[in-house]
Amino acid sequence: MNSLSCRRSPGVSVSVRAHVQVGVQEEDFDLGQMYVQMRAAGGAATGAIALFVGLVRDRNERAGDGSQVASLTLEHYPGMTEKSMLAIAEQACERWPLVGVHVVHRVGTLPPEAQIVAVLVASAHRDAAFAGAEFIMDYLKTDAVFWKKEAAEGGESWLQSTEDDAQRAENWREQGR
Amino acid sequence: MSTQADPVQSVRIVFFASLREQTGCAESAVTPGTLETALAALKAALPAAGFQEISADNVRVALNHELLDVDLDPASVALQAGDELAFLPPVTGG
Repeated sequence: MNSLSCRRSPGVSVSVRAHVQVGVQEEDFDLGQMYVQMRAAGGAATGAIALFVGLVRDRNERAGDGSQVASLTLEHYPGMTEKSMLAIAEQACERWPLVGVHVVHRVGTLPPEAQIVAVLVASAHRDAAFAGAEFIMDYLKTDAVFWKKEAAEGGESWLQSTEDDAQRAENWREQGR
Repeated sequence: MSTQADPVQSVRIVFFASLREQTGCAESAVTPGTLETALAALKAALPAAGFQEISADNVRVALNHELLDVDLDPASVALQAGDELAFLPPVTGG
């Protein structure tokens, strides 16, 4: 597990260090346990916790023909991937007054319906928690160092990044949301 | 692609995902120099199609886990013994 502490953004009267944790693992994660940990880590400053889980869908992404997905294999670059995830978490902490961030991303070969990624964000209020979680997910799509390979009826293929994902990340940059 | 170069004296080269498949190579090594000399060495060592793939516009290069700017002049990037150069296809995490 990698962690860092971020200061809350300037202009906020109370200085609170965010509890940040990111990790890559093959085994499944327990969202309930992560939630309990986030509540404990955030403490009294936490008024809101937003959670997101990404799952393996059973329909073929690449071909767009609806063919059945047999499995999704995720690859990463040990060392660089964790750094890329920490950098994303740090950006979220700089942008919003977050009390806690926990991101877990799985690697390996996963069947349909398997959990892939979990993002938990804690803050004093819901606007920062929701926005922080969405921001982190959008940047995990464009900046986190992972590659997905889909095995479907037609064979195996590496997924391509999408225009929509690139646009969402660009929107965060342009609008300063 | 195999190498008998001394890892302590070399620059380690790693290929990921589709690039590993297209080059037929997970990792290799080149002698220290610049990114320009490393690319020349890889061009000589890899199958033509594989080298073309790692040279594609959408492939990012990382040096010791830091992404290199796409605009950098390869001749200006120094590679020392013990460095690790990685060729990364467009990422698809999350």
